Amino acid sequence: MRLEAVSKSYRHRGHTVAALDNASLEIVPGDFVAVVGPSGSGKSTLLLVLGGMLSPSAGKVFLNGHSLYELSPNQRAELRRQKVGFVFQTFNLVPYLTALENVQIPLFLAGLDGPAQKERAATLLERVGLGDRLDHKPAELSIGQQQRVALARVMANEPEIILADEPTGNLDPETGGQILDLLEEMNREGRTVVMVTHDPRAAARAKRTLRLHDGRISSASN
Amino acid sequence: MHLRKLVWREMFERKNQLATSFLAILLGIAVVVAVKNITFYSEKAVARQLDALGANVLVLPKSVSLQDYYSADMQNDEFPEEYVQRLALSDLQGLDNLSPKLSVPVRLKERGFTLTGILPKSEFQAKAMWAGAGIFSRPAEGCGTVADVPGAFRPEAKETLVRQRVIEDLSDTEVLIGADVGTILGTKEGDALDVLGRTFTVTAVLPQTGTVDDSRIFAHLHAVQELAGKGPVINAIEIIGCCKEISGGLVQKINKLLPDAKVVTITQVVDTQVKTNGMMSRLSLLFLGIIVLVGGASIANYMYANVFERRREIGTLMALGAGSVVILKMFLLKALLLGLAGGICGYVLGTVLAVALGPRLAGIPVLPMPALVLWAIGISVAIALAASYFPARRAARLDPCATLQEV
Repeated sequence: MRLEAVSKSYRHRGHTVAALDNASLEIVPGDFVAVVGPSGSGKSTLLLVLGGMLSPSAGKVFLNGHSLYELSPNQRAELRRQKVGFVFQTFNLVPYLTALENVQIPLFLAGLDGPAQKERAATLLERVGLGDRLDHKPAELSIGQQQRVALARVMANEPEIILADEPTGNLDPETGGQILDLLEEMNREGRTVVMVTHDPRAAARAKRTLRLHDGRISSASN
Repeated sequence: MHLRKLVWREMFERKNQLATSFLAILLGIAVVVAVKNITFYSEKAVARQLDALGANVLVLPKSVSLQDYYSADMQNDEFPEEYVQRLALSDLQGLDNLSPKLSVPVRLKERGFTLTGILPKSEFQAKAMWAGAGIFSRPAEGCGTVADVPGAFRPEAKETLVRQRVIEDLSDTEVLIGADVGTILGTKEGDALDVLGRTFTVTAVLPQTGTVDDSRIFAHLHAVQELAGKGPVINAIEIIGCCKEISGGLVQKINKLLPDAKVVTITQVVDTQVKTNGMMSRLSLLFLGIIVLVGGASIANYMYANVFERRREIGTLMALGAGSVVILKMFLLKALLLGLAGGICGYVLGTVLAVALGPRLAGIPVLPMPALVLWAIGISVAIALAASYFPARRAARLDPCATLQEV
């Protein structure tokens, strides 16, 4: 995964705001990177640009050798489905589906048949400790359980890259710790994890940390 | 998990919002189905009533007026019987029950009657060419003839002549007599009757009609021609024409085909049916327009609100790898289900309304019309899909990043 001189700016009330400013970066397979920085420093923008969700104003983004933004939106969606998993701070579970059905979504998008989807989704939920909550809707689960469902959903298609935006931001330290354990486990399996966080304890679990300030990657530490 | 399940679950999750759109399309379809259903049976009823009035197009010799025909029922002018064949073999649409007539005065027991020669239906059918022209098989939906309506009144065989000017079979030695003829002569069915030197058997005494027909003696056209010594001529052709075709210029077309005859139509009668039918179909169109507008606007409004409300969900699905086609399908499938449900329920409700209210509003029995279910579903689905297309396209084109609102 590589960023080459990527800039992203927005117009906000007549002013141009630079969310990313000439950012270059390379993340090797199997890395676990924490991205830290103050609010508005461009952390989430970086994550969305990496995931093919937000087209940069300038520069190039490469994923597995593909120049991401030279692909069509549908091709990028397909690449996301195959290679990338997103974890959101607000979990973004589909409220009217059960835990099992939420985990089935990526499997349905990948074209798996119903029984295979159910089997795999149930296995993943067992793995995150929710084997007894398969038929619960998000509103019937605790915050920590919801994030674990979201992690099971991320793992469904076995993505090579996991992009997590403040995955522990809404969680108490203990539950947050469990989520970080799971992310570390996924990293140990060989997946690349890029995690945006405000939390120094979460950042400390990563192999290296990138610091963003005013859209610039100001420092990198191991 | 599949798309249908995803859509289905979402619909039930937000069923209160969906209910308004569903009700709009349901009521709209129900009203149009009810109007169409009642209209169909009302047109049939009007057609039956008009049919009872008899012929609505007359072909007469040039010199005869309609007044002459009705007041005297006899005129000296004639035209060749071959005109009937010309009409039968023509490709004119909307002709039903061609009834050629030759009337001659006769005196029986010092009283004057009219001997009218008619051509029985069997005569037409015997001539394959004529039958092939479709005179008796030509469909005449809602127009000028008695259609088979389940449960509706079917005329007695011998009344057919009075009502439709058509009799199935009549041999050279048989006559049918009007009610007055029977009373005055004291003749009953099966009696013998001497007319112009030939003895006929009375096969039926026709019911009282209160018209000149009551003093007629009906015999086979060719027998009357022979007895009158006039050769193959007739002095009128009564036609029950389809009103739609009459208003579309049938009279002019017959005139062109038979330039030496006079073609008249009882315009008042025809106009009545044309106006009634026209009003009903305009009413139907008006309601259709209203449901397209109200139902369509309601669905479009609901869909736009639904897309807006589900931005985050759409963004999440896109982040999970859903392409724009999946999102488009998701909303269009929802519209399809809404349209199907609206169409089927609208048909059921509309049919119940028509069957229950038809007899009260239009004074006619109304039966369910299964063919309307396809029509109702088609219209409902088309409206739902058309109204949802732009909201669905907007959903498919949403910026996945903006929808997550996490920038």
